[in-house]
This record gives sequence, structure tokens and C-alpha cells, in this order.
Amino acid sequence: MADTNFDIIIIGSGPGGYVCAIRAAQLGFKTAIVERDYLGGICLNWGCIPTKALLRSAEIFHYLEHAKDYGLSAQNVSYDPSAVVKRSRAVSKRLNDGVGFLMKKNKVTVIWGEAAIDAPGKITVKPPPNPPPRAGEGRVGEAPKDALGPGAYQAKHIIVATGARPRVLPGLEPDKKLVWTYFEAMVPERIPKSLLVVGSGAIGIEFASFYRTFGTEVTVVEVLPQILPVEDAEIAAFARKSFEKQGIKILTGAKVTKLDKKADSVTATIDDGKGGTQTLTVDRVISAVGVVGNTENLGLEKLGVKIERGAIVVDGACRTNVPGIYAIGDVAGPPLLAHKAEHEGVICVEAIKGLNPHPMDRRMIPGCTYCTPQIASVGLTEQAAKDQKRDIRVGRFPFVGNGKAIALGEDQGLVKVIFDKKTGQLLGAHMVGAEVTELIQGYVIAMNLETTEEELMHTVFPHPTLSEMMKEAVLDAYGRVLNM
Amino acid sequence: MPINILMPALSPTMEKGNLAKWLKKEGEAVKTGDVIAEIETDKATMEYEAVDDGVMAKIVVPEGTNDVPVNALIAVLAQEGEDPKAVAAAAVAKSPSAGAPSPQPSPPQGEGAAVPAAPPAQPSAAEARAPSAPPAPRPPSPPGGEGRGEGAPAPGPGTRIFASPLARRLAKEAGLDLARIQGTGPRGRVIARDIAAAKEGQGLKAPAAAPSAAPSPAPVAAPALVPTPSDEKIRALFEPGSYEVVPHDNMRKIIAQRLVQAKQTIPHFYLTLDCNIGKLLAAREEINAAAPKDKDGKPAWKLSVNDFVIKALAVALVRVPEANVTWTEGGMLKHKHADVGVAVAIPGGLITPIVRQADTKPLSVISNEMKDFAARARARKLKPEEYQGGTTAVSNLGMFGIKEFYAVINPPHATILSVGAGEERPIAKNGKIEVAQMMTVGLATDHRAVDGALGAQLFGVFKSLIENPVMMVV
Repeated sequence: MADTNFDIIIIGSGPGGYVCAIRAAQLGFKTAIVERDYLGGICLNWGCIPTKALLRSAEIFHYLEHAKDYGLSAQNVSYDPSAVVKRSRAVSKRLNDGVGFLMKKNKVTVIWGEAAIDAPGKITVKPPPNPPPRAGEGRVGEAPKDALGPGAYQAKHIIVATGARPRVLPGLEPDKKLVWTYFEAMVPERIPKSLLVVGSGAIGIEFASFYRTFGTEVTVVEVLPQILPVEDAEIAAFARKSFEKQGIKILTGAKVTKLDKKADSVTATIDDGKGGTQTLTVDRVISAVGVVGNTENLGLEKLGVKIERGAIVVDGACRTNVPGIYAIGDVAGPPLLAHKAEHEGVICVEAIKGLNPHPMDRRMIPGCTYCTPQIASVGLTEQAAKDQKRDIRVGRFPFVGNGKAIALGEDQGLVKVIFDKKTGQLLGAHMVGAEVTELIQGYVIAMNLETTEEELMHTVFPHPTLSEMMKEAVLDAYGRVLNM
Repeated sequence: MPINILMPALSPTMEKGNLAKWLKKEGEAVKTGDVIAEIETDKATMEYEAVDDGVMAKIVVPEGTNDVPVNALIAVLAQEGEDPKAVAAAAVAKSPSAGAPSPQPSPPQGEGAAVPAAPPAQPSAAEARAPSAPPAPRPPSPPGGEGRGEGAPAPGPGTRIFASPLARRLAKEAGLDLARIQGTGPRGRVIARDIAAAKEGQGLKAPAAAPSAAPSPAPVAAPALVPTPSDEKIRALFEPGSYEVVPHDNMRKIIAQRLVQAKQTIPHFYLTLDCNIGKLLAAREEINAAAPKDKDGKPAWKLSVNDFVIKALAVALVRVPEANVTWTEGGMLKHKHADVGVAVAIPGGLITPIVRQADTKPLSVISNEMKDFAARARARKLKPEEYQGGTTAVSNLGMFGIKEFYAVINPPHATILSVGAGEERPIAKNGKIEVAQMMTVGLATDHRAVDGALGAQLFGVFKSLIENPVMMVV
């Protein structure tokens, strides 16, 4: 009879949950993790990672189509959607296996099934739902061979890391066939001729970018006045211009009010927000109107765990109001990002261990969108800084002023930094352009170490790199820009 | 790599602890979560759990050792596959003396177990003093500790203060001494939020012994003769929440510093006199009444009693030049003129502008200078040259009805006059009781420079001048 008693049980094996489990095991806790579908959660299987694989295919396709620009020739460039999807799935599978390996290596027990908390310290695991929540061919994850099954389990500390799922708006209910969520959008059988993307957050924009590269007529409808609503307005406007140049149609301040489904197409009625309406017939619709936390069916309501606006309320150490129950990641509120979940997982168990970890500073969590051009940011937008009545200095540097960018043939982009005028504190950094998702971390470190403009100006950046623009933007904020 | 076990900070305020007992012997296996030692703080004895697996290779600090600083190396753990003996030998080579805990950060893991690491370079005091200088390479931090930030050792004199650039800048702007701020960042680094807390009066440590660590160019303080109790200890005497902490501004710090210096280095000697100021008051009335008026009807002067006191003290000092001096170790500075500092109370403290060569100035000039000084002092607009130096000082609390008191000498002065309230008092004169306008005056002298008899002589001249102001004009 397997031991059912643990120090820590984590519900959900997404990036938050599995990282949390590893850290717990490192700290000497007897740890188990419950999963009902896939090790690695949405991130590894249906989110961050497989979309990056898809986008990489799109990127290479784009380069091949533009081989001439680089003095090369490539004839008969084409794509095979099923092979592109296959590669993406293989990438996910590899990482999914990797999580299984990591659990084993760290002696974390995997429990396969759906968990509910009966009382602090006690959970019951039921068999995984069949069909699983996202029934579809070949989509049920496999339980690792030595996983434990349904039954009653005990743990001093229970960490809820159940993540989130696509938000459903009335009238826009996904049907898996014509109206997709990211699940279906990730495994298309063919590339649709036309596509309506509802919502212009990271998910919507990444799919818009992916499908546009493969020739789909893409229309993006955003209810707010700006696409990529969390990003700095200037960066979003820059990105919008670039998307429109690629042929993506963008409607902001607009709303999809009705979807009329035909056999293999959908006619959408769109309210343009100015009193007019238009209709648009497309092959497929992607609903990307955000995600909501998976707080249900866990027994949280019964235990009196406080939930506000779809998120479990936690303190700086991820404790809920009920002792012994913790929550991390998407289910514990925004920002809904994998790296935030991972960090919370670490903080949560370190706090349980009594190590006094620093609570996470949510102002310093970077965000990345992997469209073309890429978008990356951290900290306050210019508007947010102004709303806080901060006296600021803003610096900008365009990609056209950077040697490496020109050599790469990627001369469209912008780096923007925002400093507090009085203290020199770096309040925010915003970038659009090639590879900026790999660059942003430099500013994140600077913010976390509380550097001021002085240290950034004293730092030597290697030449020739895109990163030089990061220094130039800082210099620009202080009227000292060199290469513009 | 061997793991260094450091003295843990068991509470945020803990700076030192006693190593009460080792529960693992050298050569014994240690598992994560095992209690390896008992550490005694002033409040409690606590168990110290291992956070790594290994074999106890070397106990650096023997049990029963008191006052081991937080983060000092107390033992070394050999990890799996390492020879505990080799690790122990290396640990001994690294430790200055196996018995005495090292207050320095332990060498990093990365430098190779068998090679004795060079001691981390001690940054110069100049670095600590220059907050805007680019950060020097960080000395190796002690490895192994999982806990972050809590209770890192208080920086001593000449020790580099770890602070983020932003924190340094914020502290400079707020006029806060970085050395006094309890850092809550990784390994006790002072970060921006600590400055914000310090502004609210939280997380302040006892003043650093070395003023060189202060970010502002503070005057050099005399060495403290008796260590003052730590802020923590003082605060512990009061119920939490029963008080609020108001952070010191620079003026308050300088007042504290200078007066402690005065009381600790100057042997004060006190004299008292009652002066009959009847004639002075009459003369004052007459002089003020005779003041010409400008077209707005504003008199050219309006003398106060204090103006007479300033003038009288200045004239007395010139007439008794042995008392118009400043003590220095090398010799007595004998001043040619009397520069009289006058204490002016302003919100949050006081400042002492100086009437230069008051002995040579007419009362009307002194009076108008004082009015200007007082106004600008309240606006905090005095220039340093207007309040630095001087040969003596006057402090007047008469307006508050104080009868007599003794002010603290303000270095580099050798004397200070404390003026009480002028009031009608019965006095005995020629066998009869009379009513007279009297004023009690105290004189404090620096006994190194002005002995009792000399002080009395000076005071006598002062009395004659203040009681017969006409004598000031001769």
C-alpha cells in the first residue's frame, strides 16, 4: 500500500506547480503533485511552448519567402500544416516527458487524477475526467508509469496551482470546430483562408501573426481602444502599424456582437463602437478574450477560501485565508504568466520552510509577446507612470540606429525606457522589434538590483548587438544619445 | 564543494549569538532538517537545522563560545564524495584561528576547497563615503545560507555598506545615514524600501561608531566615551505603538553631535550673578525713544535687552583678554575681537548666528544685525560663515520666564552666557529692602581655558557694564 501521507501536495503540474514541487523536494519536503491531464500543464502542452514552436516555423517560412533580401534563392517554398503541427506537438511531448523525468529525479510522487480538498490537510483524488475537459483526439496526457491513482491523501500543506482556462463570452462560445480557443488554433488540420481573432492580448496577437505569415486573411477585433492593451501605447501603436503593413486588419474599440455559423464558415457582426456595424465572413474564429482561473470543483468554497474576481486571494507568501492552503500562479490572480507562477511556487515553499523569502514584486514581472515584431516590457508604461503623478524622463531608441539590427535586416523596432526624474529609478522598459523578448531581461535585472541611470550608463554593452539599443535609450532619456 | 555553515540570524535583530551546543560531532553524517546545533540568543535557545546533506567535516567555533557574529563561519560540511579530512584541513587554513569566529564573510564555495582563499579585499573607507561612486566589485558573499537578508551583521567602521544604487541616492536625498539603516535585501543589502521605512523611522540601527560612514559631510565627532545603548534596546523599554519615531534631520544630528562633544570634552565650570538692570532699562527706553524715524514711521533702531547683553559680554571679553580664548591642544588661541554667537530658537532646533567684532559695533548695528539673523535663521537661510566659529555665545531664555540656567558651551568657544528673565525683585540695599529690576545671569566656562577666578573677573566686568551701560562707551 502506497504511502498517502505527504508534507506538501501540489494540485496542478503546470509551470507553477512542477517548479514548486522541485523546490519543495530540494528543501527536504516529502512532496506529491496531482495532475489530471498533462504534466507541464497548459504552458508546456497548449500554451507558451507549442506556440513558440509554431511561430518558429512561421518565422523560417517568412525568411525563406524573403531569401532574396539576403542574396539567397529558394524556390517552391511551401509548408505542410500537419508537419508544422507535428513538430509543435513533438516539442511539447519532449518537455512533457522532461517534467516526468524531473519529478522522478527529485523524488516527487505524481498522483494521477482530479483533486478536491476535503479539509485542510486532506484531499481526495478522483479518476481523471473521461472524456477530459478538452476532449479531442490524442489529447489526453499519459500518467507516468509509477504514478499513484485515485484515493485519499494527506498533506500538512496543500498548494493549489490549477491554472486557468479560456474565458468564454456569451455569443462567442467556442465550439471546437468553427469557433476555436487556443487548443484548436494550435493544431489546425489546414490553414484557414480567413480568420477572425477576437481579443488582441498576447494569445490573440500571436495566433494572428502565425496565421498571417502562412497567408491567412486575418482580422483582429479588440474592444479596447488599443491593441495589446497592457503594453505601452507608443509600443502598441508601433506594433499595430507593423501588423497592418503585413496585411492584418485591426479594429479597435469594436465588439463582435453575433456569430452566425454556417457549415464551414462564420459570419460575424461587428459593432465598430461608433454606432455602425459591419459583417465579416471568415473560415474560422479564434476567441482569445482572456483566461479565467480554475477555482471550481476544488472544494475551496466549502472551506471558506477567499476568492475574488475569479482568483484565490493570497498574501505575499501565497497563503490563503485558510491555514494550510496555498495558491500560486494563474489561479492566484494576475499577471497570468508562467514565470510569475514559477516564482510564486518557489516563494510559497520557501516560506513554508521558514526561509523568509522576499515577497514577489509584481511591478517587476516582464511580459513577452512573440508576434512579428516581438514585444517585451517590464514595469510601468508611460501612461501608468503619469497616472501615478510621477515626474518622468523618457528615452527612446529606434532599431534603424543600430548596426546589428540593420545587418540582420531587422531595422524596424523601438526601445523605450522610463525613469523617475528625481531618483533615476528605472520605472519601465518597453520594446518592439526583433529578439526583444531575449533582451528585456537586462532591464529586469537592472530594476531588481535598483540600478539608476548612472549604472546603466556606466555599463559596457557588447558591440555589435541589439542590446546596445538598451543603453542608447537610457542615454536618450538624459539627452546623451550617441547614434541618433 | 564543501558547504560552509554560518552563524544563523534567528531573529531579524540578532547580531550575535552564543553557540550553546553542537549536536553533531566531526565526522558525523548530517541530513537536511537535522538539528546540528543549539544557538542561544539573549531571548531564547533555538535549534539550528541543516539545510544540506553531508558530513560534518570541521567544527570551527567550539560549543560554549559566546557572541559569535551572525554569518560567521561556524562549521564546514563535506558533501557527498568529498573527503571530510581534506575539507577540514582547508577549513582550518581558511579560518584565521579555529577557535575565534571570523567576522569576515567566509570565502566562496567556488574558489576550490583545498586552496586557502585570499581574504576579501577590504574596501577603503573612501568608497563607503562616496555614495555616487560606481559600486566596487562585491566581496565574496558567504555561501550556503538559504535564508535571505534577515539580520546580516551591522557594518562596522570601514566596512562597505551594501546598498542598491537607488537606495544610496534616496538616502542621500533624505539625508539619512546608510550605515544606520537595516537592510532587508538579499544578505542585508539596503534597498529602496528600507529607505522608505527609515523615513518612517523603522529599521534604524544604533548610530554607527564611525562618522566616516555617513553619507553627508558631518563634522568629525569626538570618540564616544561610553557606548550608548542601541536603538532597539531603548525602544524595547516602551510599549510598541505607544510612541512614534521621528527621523532626525541634519540639524538635529549636528546639535546632538556637537553637544555630546562639548559635554564629553569640555570641563564645564559655572558661575552665577544677579544684575540690577534698572539703569539699562532706563537707558534703553531713552535710546529707543530718540531713534530717528524714516518716512514710514519706522524707527532706525529698537534695542532689546539682549542687544545690551551681547555688547556688554563683547566689551568685557576685550577688557579681560585672557578670557577671550579658545582651547586647542597645541596652545591657547587668544582672540583679538569678541565674536558673539547668539542662540536663536527655530522650529526643530536652534542655530547660533555670530555677531562679529561685537566689541567694536554700536548697539544699533548689533540690534539690526540680530534682527536680520533671526529672520533668516527661521527661514533656514543663514550662510555657514554666519554661524560657524565665534569666540563666545549668549543664550537667553528670559522671554520664557526662566530665572536662571546654564547653557552648554558651543565649541570652539570657551564661555557661554545664559540670560534669565528680567523681573522686579526685593533687594537689600544699605540695610533696607528695595524693589529693583533684576536679572540672573549664568556663565559657563571651559575650565581648560578659563579658570574660576578668571571667569569671575570676566563676569565682574560684565556685571559692571550691564548695570551701568554708559560704561560700554568708554
